[in-house]
Amino acid sequence: MTQVPDQNGRFGKFGGRYVPETLMNALLELEEAYLHYSKDQQFKDEVRYLLHKYSGRPTSLYYAERLSEQLGGAKVYLKREDLNHTGAHKINNTIGQGVLAKRMGKSKIIAETGAGQHGVASATIAALLGLECKVFMGEEDMKRQQLNVFRMQLLGSEVVPVLSGTRTLKDACNETLRYWVSHVEDTYYILGSVTGPHPYPMMVRDFQRIIGDEARQQILAEEGRLPDYVVAAVGGGSNAMGIFYPFVQDESVRLLGVEAAGRGVDTTLHAATMTKGRHGVFQGSMSYVLQDEHGQVQPAHSISAGLDYPGIGPEHAYLKDSGRAEYVPVTDAEALEALQLLSRTEGIIPALESAHAIAQTIKLAPTLDKDKIVVVSLSGRGDKDVEAIMSYLGGNTNESH
Amino acid sequence: MNLIDTAFASLKAEGRTALIPFLTMGDPDLKTSVDIIKTLELAGADMIELGVPYSDPLADGPVIQRASERALTNSITLKDCIHVAEKAREAGVNIPFILFTYYNPVFQFGLDAFFELVQSKGISGLIIPDLPIEEDEEVRQLAEAVNVHLIPLVAPTSKDRVVRISRKAKGFVYCVSSLGVTGERADFHTSINEFLATVREATDLPIAVGFGISSREQVERFEKQCDGVIVGSAIVRTIEDAIPLLQDESKREAGLKQISDFVAKLKG
Repeated sequence: MTQVPDQNGRFGKFGGRYVPETLMNALLELEEAYLHYSKDQQFKDEVRYLLHKYSGRPTSLYYAERLSEQLGGAKVYLKREDLNHTGAHKINNTIGQGVLAKRMGKSKIIAETGAGQHGVASATIAALLGLECKVFMGEEDMKRQQLNVFRMQLLGSEVVPVLSGTRTLKDACNETLRYWVSHVEDTYYILGSVTGPHPYPMMVRDFQRIIGDEARQQILAEEGRLPDYVVAAVGGGSNAMGIFYPFVQDESVRLLGVEAAGRGVDTTLHAATMTKGRHGVFQGSMSYVLQDEHGQVQPAHSISAGLDYPGIGPEHAYLKDSGRAEYVPVTDAEALEALQLLSRTEGIIPALESAHAIAQTIKLAPTLDKDKIVVVSLSGRGDKDVEAIMSYLGGNTNESH
Repeated sequence: MNLIDTAFASLKAEGRTALIPFLTMGDPDLKTSVDIIKTLELAGADMIELGVPYSDPLADGPVIQRASERALTNSITLKDCIHVAEKAREAGVNIPFILFTYYNPVFQFGLDAFFELVQSKGISGLIIPDLPIEEDEEVRQLAEAVNVHLIPLVAPTSKDRVVRISRKAKGFVYCVSSLGVTGERADFHTSINEFLATVREATDLPIAVGFGISSREQVERFEKQCDGVIVGSAIVRTIEDAIPLLQDESKREAGLKQISDFVAKLKG
């Protein structure tokens, strides 16, 4: 596979910069700063220091022996991103972008959030680096994730309720971009996934690839060989891109992205962008989009607020269309089952997002021989979801919109 | 010759500045949009921006977002919006039409089919706010082939991009008055005068200013510096306020008069 993106931010036909002219110079300035600092040893050292000493990297690659035995097939390894500070992989990116914002002389940062994990990770790094932080969050999501709202406030950030459109992640992204257009001269936008206009998909991937870099080294050290499968949940796709990227050139490794099928891909309540979407331009880049025949973006649905998004990063679209990665849907119900199974067999309560990857592993592992290896990205821990899970398992499945 | 060029040429001869109102198609319904367009022309509009409703209008503030939502509730499509131009011509409207649309509806429609339709329905210009020059090559070539002007936006943050953008412009150059989304505002960007002077320097085309203009005083302020003034949110809000009248057959004329009065006030 060729190196992507090209200088225009294109992953094949995907990506690009479909934004109002007002933002173009800010994106060019960001790209220039990123390309400069990503080669700067002091910058790299500071990011590495924070990843190790502050967030607790490297995260472990854990052989889930009891889960593997129960599934009766391949050996399942979990890449424990849930053990990061703040409980998910999101901090890898906010550390990188936070340090970059500071190097660029910006004192104010903004971020969008769905489940609140990226918001918390942004608020955390803002507190650590002494930056002023506003997090835009859909009013619906604020209701669903009250604890994370309070967590961000406790960290000294302002949470701005988004009342437009669906009042979830999609419109939180729109509102953050609108705010950025108005304050572009002194504000840095920490985008939380491998989505949006160039250079974000490339930059966020680069900050998240540490997941895959570590996992690749760890599995080689542990097993002396590469895995047969790498499995990760995809919403916007940052943890998946992070773990996939270092394996892209290893053609024997199959890459499996798991998207949220919500109530089922044959209903209207899903977030299965790859299965049901088409090529389109959404929030700054060309990729797959859930949309109607006229190009109006459709609301997504998932039990997991982090996967509840009608778009996906352009590099995933590129991996899909080139056949390098496959994307499969997993329903709310399957994710809930998987969450319980992992909790009981391994004593690990995964985030609802990560539970989608576990659900696919439950389908996959039994079909493989015992000498096969599956590495799963356990992107976050389930603490944030416990209240929601409680209500789902209590029979109330209407909590999620 | 393109109607936009003809219109600017005669305005120049008369020493006037173009007033360019914007409205969202299908807000509150397509038939009313045609009537409003006719009203705007009679009240003194020199060109009209026909806004295509979109689910994710990134460049727009709350007023136009709400108009988009209302129109989408009526399932208004890109094709419907283009057909409004034809209906308005049949109703006797002569001024140039500029279609304002985000890129995805156009991309889904198919570029060739889109330009064929746009041209055949008498639309003279096209504004796509999420298609910066880095991404517009294919669209620009197709537009040129059918003599539809692709009108670019320049912003106070564009700096050295102004020259590159203006060089490729057709029709006029749309100057964004302030950072931010569309919507009425009291203040413009602090360096607005220098910015407009820079754009003037960079092109021989007419320049028009938009974003945030809502009163006679503001129109007057820019008339001296620009060839056109675009008023969007303030018109859309006037329409929004008039919806209860517009939707009642017996009060429809009163609703249209409110819109007409507002435009007359802007004209001074």
